[in-house]
Amino acid sequence: MALSSPLPSGAAPYLRIAGVTKLFGSFSALKEISLAINAGEFVCFLGPSGCGKTTLLRAIAGLDVQTTGRIEQAGRDISRLPPSERDFGIVFQSYALFPNLTVVDNVGYGLRSRGMKRAAIAARVGELLQLVGMPESGAKYPAQLSGGQQQRVALARALATSPGLLLLDEPLSALDARVRVRLRHEIRGLQRRLGVTTVMVTHDQEEALTMADRIVVMNHGTVEQIGTPSEIYRKPATAFVADFVGTMNFLTAVHAGSGQVRFAGQSFSCAADGLAADTPIYLCIRPEDVAVRNVGASTVNVVRVEIASLDFLGSFCRATLRPAGAGSNGEEIVADFSINLMRDLGLGAGHSLSVALPPDRLRVYPRG
Amino acid sequence: MPRMSRDDLVMRSGIVVLAAWMLVSVALPLWALLSKSFQDRQQEFVGLANYIRYFSTPALFASVGNSFFVAIVATAIVLPLAFVYAYALTRSCVKGRGVFQALALIPILAPSLLPAISLIYLFGNQGLLKPLLFGGSIYGPSGIIIAQVFYCFPHAMMILVAALAMADARLYEAADALGASKPRIFFTVTLPGAKYGLVSAGFVIFTLVMTDFGIAKVIGGRYNVLATDIYKQVIGQQNFEMGAVVGMVLLAPAIVAFTADRIVQRRQVALLSARAVPLVPKPSPARDWTLFVYCLVIGGLIFGVLAVAAWGSLIKFWPYNLSLTLGNYAFDNFDTNGWGSYWNSLHLAAWTAVLGTAIIFTGAYLIEKTRGFAVGRVLAQLLAMLPLAVPGLVLGLGYIFFFNARGNPLGFLYATLAILVVNSIAHFYTVSHLTATTALKQLDAEFESVSASLKVSVLRTFWRVTVPVCLPSILDIAIYMFVNAMTTVSAVIFLYSTDTKLASIAVVNMDESGFTAVAAAMAMMIVGTSAAVKLAQLGLTYLLAGRLQAWRQR
Ligand SMILES: Nc1ncnc2c1ncn2[C@@H]1O[C@H](COP(=O)(O)OP(=O)(O)O)[C@@H](O)[C@H]1O
Ligand SMILES: [Mg+2]
Repeated sequence: MALSSPLPSGAAPYLRIAGVTKLFGSFSALKEISLAINAGEFVCFLGPSGCGKTTLLRAIAGLDVQTTGRIEQAGRDISRLPPSERDFGIVFQSYALFPNLTVVDNVGYGLRSRGMKRAAIAARVGELLQLVGMPESGAKYPAQLSGGQQQRVALARALATSPGLLLLDEPLSALDARVRVRLRHEIRGLQRRLGVTTVMVTHDQEEALTMADRIVVMNHGTVEQIGTPSEIYRKPATAFVADFVGTMNFLTAVHAGSGQVRFAGQSFSCAADGLAADTPIYLCIRPEDVAVRNVGASTVNVVRVEIASLDFLGSFCRATLRPAGAGSNGEEIVADFSINLMRDLGLGAGHSLSVALPPDRLRVYPRG
Repeated sequence: MPRMSRDDLVMRSGIVVLAAWMLVSVALPLWALLSKSFQDRQQEFVGLANYIRYFSTPALFASVGNSFFVAIVATAIVLPLAFVYAYALTRSCVKGRGVFQALALIPILAPSLLPAISLIYLFGNQGLLKPLLFGGSIYGPSGIIIAQVFYCFPHAMMILVAALAMADARLYEAADALGASKPRIFFTVTLPGAKYGLVSAGFVIFTLVMTDFGIAKVIGGRYNVLATDIYKQVIGQQNFEMGAVVGMVLLAPAIVAFTADRIVQRRQVALLSARAVPLVPKPSPARDWTLFVYCLVIGGLIFGVLAVAAWGSLIKFWPYNLSLTLGNYAFDNFDTNGWGSYWNSLHLAAWTAVLGTAIIFTGAYLIEKTRGFAVGRVLAQLLAMLPLAVPGLVLGLGYIFFFNARGNPLGFLYATLAILVVNSIAHFYTVSHLTATTALKQLDAEFESVSASLKVSVLRTFWRVTVPVCLPSILDIAIYMFVNAMTTVSAVIFLYSTDTKLASIAVVNMDESGFTAVAAAMAMMIVGTSAAVKLAQLGLTYLLAGRLQAWRQR
């Protein structure tokens, strides 16, 4: 595990996961996972399908108990407790709404068994439906609701008992794109207002980047990186994270020692500490970080390129650049040029120009 | 180990109770039968002696060949007949498909004895159409086979309808686009698609014929088959040990067929992808009219067989006085139990339906939804599948040995209605269990997780959500149990007492005593009751889909 944001000093984490592993037969779905989540935080587990996100979420809920390791919630060891003795609300990808109960009965389902009075239940359910923006739909059945509405009912039901922890397993993935974007904001707004500590599982990086306070990037049952969305995007700790989140150039290069990297017959300076000389590496840069303006004699890491092709993508163009020193079958650099820039400099396919790879935007990862 | 919640504890205890129930009502009786077949009359272990005697006595051994013969011939006749019928129902635009399907299901509502009785009316010693046999006799293999074809037809048809209904239209469009001829499409797309259905239907029919008792008893004459041999050994000669051996000999092919069928069905699952496009048949006058005539003939024959029995039951004195009477329904004039047998059957069917459905559905729920406890769940599942492989006669015989054994604390059940209920639930367990499991698998897998997170007990969710949502399937199970308990002969023939004689057994007895018309009348009572219950189910299902369960509407 690489970068990890330190906790605010003094505050004990609300949820602490220490050395959690999960075996399905001989297959390890989770390998020594450790992380901490603060009270009131919105954390996303992000990773490709099958990397163990759901498994970790279900371990937190107690639905599939971990093989080894410890889970603490609010200072209490809950590792071996059955789900019914833990404190969480959960929304599944399928929503799992009870089809034969009305919206009101679904939302109030957990309240009846707590010995609440009828009137108190009705008031609480009304409040929750208001909260999720569906005050009129109480008498309907789930089958009569749209996907987005079902999602909200599931959320209201999970929040009804005021749990300390809200768990969401891919809650938006069954919805179409437009509704998904709107619900992102609604869920986040709701979470802020209630201040409920929330863990959301998603394989959609955009969802994680826009919603989360912190993101836990997972791969093959391990944590690759934990950090804020901007840390994850700006400073991916591993090649996997760099590749999985956003778009990234992976340039085959060699570390020459003392912060110098050789690529396309040229030397580039960057912060590559702790690597021995002659280590094969990937030199990485995001397409939007390739600088075109103000590239002059004093600029470092300048490389002469030819624009091999241009793809118009609406608000910007994605350019494929061929470094002059790399030959015709050498590696290409992908760069995003704003429409503004294209117009100002009069760029087009076939043109040659000088671009810079700013040292503070370069990332280096060992190769092989 | 994680700590168990109260729910976990309740559900695991439930599984243990279920497994214990299945052990007592299925496994231990089978074990008793198996051990009996290795003992002599003094209950001493004699190894294979009984088996050696069985296989070296030609009179006994001949029945093996006879049973196989009628089973194979009947299967070979039923399969093509039912296939074309099912094809007409699913792949053509024949008018009145619903009526034809209902018509073909009639035999399921009747005891297997009924077609045998009808055949006797038509071709028996005093049969109306006897001259058509040119001196031949209906009593024997031909009678058995014809009656079995009638009795097994709906079972084969249902499996084949299910197999043919699952067709992917895209395959046919592709074949059409490639310019394949109609016969070519039939042999390269349709038949392979229904392959597993055909194999499965074959195994089911083979087992049904092999293990059926009623038909061979009524119309078999001197033609011995395994099912009648067991009866003769046990009831006629009180030779329980030899009865047990015949039982084991009957069990063997049933288990082989069952295992083969399970393997085939497992293959079938993967056959149809989720993206398949359902096939909608297009009209084709020549084909549709041919198939219509075919359905009319087959459906007419099936209805005719029922009608002959109904008519026979109303005839004063066949074949000399053909005037109509209700006298044959005055059962008290012909049999000491009289109408009592009918009421017993009604009691048995009601108890079996209510108790059986409760046990089977709850059991399937526990097996499906209990967290952890893999050992218990797998064991319970195996025990739930076992009864399908066990012929009713074999199970019934096992009950004699198990419940009648000295020192069995459950011995008090012997010769009560209760043992008939327990036996009927066990006998028809598996099909209902599979229905329940299929229904439960269609529910969202996370209902239990949600209710645990809301701290609602699983029992409450079972009662408030699972049961209401599965109500149509639960109704299906109840009706299936009722109709089968009403019509069965084989399992209960060894277990009834004078107080608990059943309608279906009364049919056998009255036929034995020569009161064929009375036997037909009692059989008609069974058919009528089954049909009434089935109609009630249709009505209720209609109501459930509409007003009673408004949430089903979108
Ligand atoms: N009950 C199970 N038995 C066996 N393997 C499982 C089980 N549940 C999950 N897995 C495996 O564990 C891995 C992680 O699964 P999961 O946590 O569901 O991934 P995801 O990150 O997509 O949510 C997958 O490879 C999956 O096949
Ligand atoms: Mg998942």
